[in-house]
Amino acid sequence: MANPLFQKSWSPYGVGAGIGMLSWFAFASADHPLGVTTAFENSAAQSARAVMPTIEHSNEYFAKKAAEGKPLKIGWEWMLVVGLFVGAFVSSKLSGDRESSIVPPLWRWRFGPSAFPRLVVAFLSGGLMMFGARLAQGCTSGHGISGTLQLAVSSWIFIIIAFTVGTITTFLLYGKEGARHV
Amino acid sequence: MFESPERLALGLLTGIVFGFLLQKGRVAKFEVIVGQFLFKDWTVVKTMGTAVVVGAIGVHVLVAADMASLHIRPALFGGILAGAVCFGIGMAVLGYCPGTSVAACGEGRRDAMVGVIGMFAGAVVFITAFPLLQPIINGLGNGGTITLPQLTGTSPWLWVAGLVSAIAIKANTRNREKLVVEFNNGN
Repeated sequence: MANPLFQKSWSPYGVGAGIGMLSWFAFASADHPLGVTTAFENSAAQSARAVMPTIEHSNEYFAKKAAEGKPLKIGWEWMLVVGLFVGAFVSSKLSGDRESSIVPPLWRWRFGPSAFPRLVVAFLSGGLMMFGARLAQGCTSGHGISGTLQLAVSSWIFIIIAFTVGTITTFLLYGKEGARHV
Repeated sequence: MFESPERLALGLLTGIVFGFLLQKGRVAKFEVIVGQFLFKDWTVVKTMGTAVVVGAIGVHVLVAADMASLHIRPALFGGILAGAVCFGIGMAVLGYCPGTSVAACGEGRRDAMVGVIGMFAGAVVFITAFPLLQPIINGLGNGGTITLPQLTGTSPWLWVAGLVSAIAIKANTRNREKLVVEFNNGN
């Protein structure tokens, strides 16, 4: 049997079970759920404070975090994001499943091959997505996996609305025809 | 400035395994995520569904054994609603979610790299506008850090059992469909 580490894809059920067990590990070892966007918020707050020191007093965000006992530090969550990049890099290198194109085929079919519009839209949509994640205090990991597995009311509401809106947006962008070009 | 070296190492290790799994699971790909929203490719739902069921069993065992605590985000309905709408639009247009964007960067995807820079910019906008956003976040009330079992006055094990049976039924119908197909093919 081929070494699974060199394979390009694993069963979604196997990967899902692995992520579920990784949640156990995160709760047991760090008393922390898997989540990605808090690290971005934390880095953004530290950067804002470095560029504009007065913001610490003018913006209630900083007092609120201090009151919650959550000082701005580079910590577990931040390293999780670094690890995410490293893990995906190693996995894709081992299997040769690398992708360096800028414009995905479906986007090319709908909006043309030009890289510039795709990158501008990627920047803006990435920003909107993160803005939304911080408004709701979680993303696909923090709410979608970690929150729903804890049976949190906030997380089930979030993921149902987010995925419904995502589906509607996708059909508005690509239509039914789109499915033939994925 | 930094947490303890042990916690940094634990976070890094957990992240590496997470990124490895997301890449092998093919969920760090534009076509797989958008394919899910178009009902063409069910990889995302299968992966997330299994992760939630398996995770729920172990985490509730750990909490019952007093080896971990629950970390529930508050049900601030305004923030959840407005956030989920922005998030859904952003994720569909970008074609990656936050975690899979970072994993897609590891895979070499250039559009995801620009997306991650945009994500940082979005976080800066959120921090800067934080005082102005309070009426939106708190506008529809706060349900508190509440779980479905607490809301309904039921045992969490009932819900975990429900999740497990949902997956078991799904797997069972899938096997039966497979048998029918095999039967029709004369096997």
